[in-house]
Amino acid sequence: MPSPVDIFLWGAFPYIAVAILISGLIWRYRYDKFGWTTRSSELYESRLLRWGSPMFHFGLLVVLLGHILGLFIPAGWTAAVGVSETFYSFLAVTLGIVAGVLTYAGIALLIWRRRTTGPVFLATTVNDKAMYVFLVAALTAGLATTLINASTLHYDYRVDVSPWVRSLFVFQPEVALMARTPIEYRVHTITGLVLFAIVPFTRLVHAFAAPVQYLFRPYIVYRARDPRNLGTAALRPGWKRSDV
Amino acid sequence: MRVMAQICMVMNLDKCIGCHTCSVTCKQTWTSRPGVEYVWFNNVETRPGQGYPRRYEDQERWRGGWKLTSRGRLVPRAGGRARRLASIFANPLLPNIRDYYEPWTYDYNALFDTPAGDDFPVAAPRSLISGERMNTITWSANWDDNLGGMPEHESDDVVLQRIQDKVRMELEQTFMFYLPRICEHCINPSCVASCPSGALYKRVEDGIVLVDQDRCRGWRMCVTGCPYKKMYFNHRTGKAEKCTFCFPRIEVGQPTVCSETCVGRLRYIGVLLYDADRAPEAAATPREQDLYPAQLGLFLNPHDPEVRRAAEQAGIPHDWVQAARRSPVYDLIATYGVALPLHPEYRTLPMVWYVPPLSPVVEAITASGHDGEDYRNLFGAIDTLRIPVSYLAELFTAGDPAPVELALRRLAAMRSHRRRINLGEPVDPEIAASVGFDVDKLDRMFRLLSLAKYEERYVIPTAAAGDVRRLEETELSGCSLDYEGGPGMGGTESSGPFGEASGRPAPLSVETFHGLRERQTSESAAETAGHRGRINLLNWDGRGLPEGLFPKRREDGDGHGDGHGDGRRDGHVDRGEEPGAGPGEVSGRGEGGES
Repeated sequence: MPSPVDIFLWGAFPYIAVAILISGLIWRYRYDKFGWTTRSSELYESRLLRWGSPMFHFGLLVVLLGHILGLFIPAGWTAAVGVSETFYSFLAVTLGIVAGVLTYAGIALLIWRRRTTGPVFLATTVNDKAMYVFLVAALTAGLATTLINASTLHYDYRVDVSPWVRSLFVFQPEVALMARTPIEYRVHTITGLVLFAIVPFTRLVHAFAAPVQYLFRPYIVYRARDPRNLGTAALRPGWKRSDV
Repeated sequence: MRVMAQICMVMNLDKCIGCHTCSVTCKQTWTSRPGVEYVWFNNVETRPGQGYPRRYEDQERWRGGWKLTSRGRLVPRAGGRARRLASIFANPLLPNIRDYYEPWTYDYNALFDTPAGDDFPVAAPRSLISGERMNTITWSANWDDNLGGMPEHESDDVVLQRIQDKVRMELEQTFMFYLPRICEHCINPSCVASCPSGALYKRVEDGIVLVDQDRCRGWRMCVTGCPYKKMYFNHRTGKAEKCTFCFPRIEVGQPTVCSETCVGRLRYIGVLLYDADRAPEAAATPREQDLYPAQLGLFLNPHDPEVRRAAEQAGIPHDWVQAARRSPVYDLIATYGVALPLHPEYRTLPMVWYVPPLSPVVEAITASGHDGEDYRNLFGAIDTLRIPVSYLAELFTAGDPAPVELALRRLAAMRSHRRRINLGEPVDPEIAASVGFDVDKLDRMFRLLSLAKYEERYVIPTAAAGDVRRLEETELSGCSLDYEGGPGMGGTESSGPFGEASGRPAPLSVETFHGLRERQTSESAAETAGHRGRINLLNWDGRGLPEGLFPKRREDGDGHGDGHGDGRRDGHVDRGEEPGAGPGEVSGRGEGGES
């Protein structure tokens, strides 16, 4: 029988985090479209950014892809197409380390740049600084997990972690599976979920503006004036009640 | 045929004296806010010169505009959609702030806070980007004004490099003119094509290209896309901003701020009707030199009843069609053929056109001891002064001298013709005929170009009549501060819960109002701790005292500040001793005019 802490962490907290993520996104979209931006600092400094930013972002995309493959494709499926367990974990660990180190080096370079470049540091808000703590915590835990896994090579996360994640989606969380995983997996999961929860309230929200639709759009955009949105004044009736 | 209407501008470069009034009033109106200190929606460049940002015309470097593929398709020069998305994390084609210039203010407080000594205190420049002291100011929006630093920077003029011509130094002596630039509001805008979010758009009603601030996500691709570098990145809000063609003024029939305040009265605004169906084809004209005639071919003759009928069928309001018939812009571009587009080779079909300057030619002849107003001398000079013509041709016709020559000849003919009239000599119809005009047409062109009456320069139809009531901020339509979030928002310090730039944006006029007020009433000038509290005399409206320029007055016994009164006169000025030691902040200065 899992402890109440386990039940909360692996049975409730994921839902809470995702609920905060979704409602936060909706709320921010409705009330802060204007603040929904990358707040790029490339104008101030581009030499370091040119290396750090693609390293971090592309690394993160690979990391994301790795998570999706690892968590959502059951071991049985890969075995069915003839991928042996050793080959799979070799591939996962190698790709994970490469992408993880790339991402980590990227964020390190970006934070160093942010701290040492005067204008960029000046444009850094308290919110940004707090966000970096959570982001780096999640990345550190993730990279550490990969490295520990690589050095020991005796734990297969597709036995416990992946089924637990999939069980969340059918609203039958198998708390016991997650509760017995090694500590680094649990730490990474929690820091990751916390990161999910804060995304809508930080500049990370720009990830949800990824402009995929650009690929399918005609080049030139025409728009008619919105008749509801003329001037800054609200629409009022064209008459006024007399005080008499 | 799909008729569309566009508000368009023509500038008569002969009249530009380079006073920068347009730039200053535009900046005062639109970009006197933190985050856009370095931004000039309107700027005036001296040509030959590098321009702003530096060498923006070097499309080998910046890759703005469109290019024609070998299969005849138009794609942004910086690459198509996939290529743009691939470079979204770091865009190597984005100009750095130093390609514009690092904006700065001065430590005015140092003039007062410095203890008495043998040396005069100085107000040292301080960067508005990093907050740090700047030892030397090395560049700004018009640092090479009037050929400043010319021998050194001459090789940096992109256009000059293209005309592989001799006698460069001589050119520098004989040839200089000013080029005021705003957004071109192109028919085929490459900034719009580059925007991954679809936030940039061309308005159907009047062709003005705008940024939807709520949809912009700060990917910065538009800055790369625009070959004129008239897209700017607000580094405070993380959003793109651009010249709006002063649409709130245009919608109520007023000219833009730059036009309204132009002392030379050289700007013309009017409606052009064009065939939108043929626009892509025109932009894809194979030879660059044919782009000017191709764009000219897009414009529809508003005097043609067929065109008028098609326009009204396309839903263009009747008063717009009427305005198109009286359009000074159409006359200068099509009827007289003296206005030319700026850099048509970028294939964006720009809609701010220029009447090329004849004055340098006249001056060159006069300097050589001949009569610079005689049309025979002038015609000869236009032909022989290859350098100005080829320079102008590189600017306006992708290098084809013929249209430039024709425009200059017409201007020269007008000059000679009118001089004969002024001197009481008989009118010589030969002059007009030599440029394909009759005397009456030459006189009408003279009236438009030289007399340039206000109501003839600006023929601007209002937005749809039914909307007029809502556009004007009258009592009936409510208070202009009555926007979402209510009054009292705005100002340079307002931000949502997510730090800088989050939360609903205040209308720009409100932000400028609060910024102005804050600058006038805050205690310190160039604050080192951030963007706030800077003093910018450009924004001082003359009322009250700009805070920070003068030391704080000591609280004196009489209790009430004297409102408008000139605080300096009574001489209660603490110099050096405990600045800011007074118990309260109460002082009447600066408040009178505002509240």
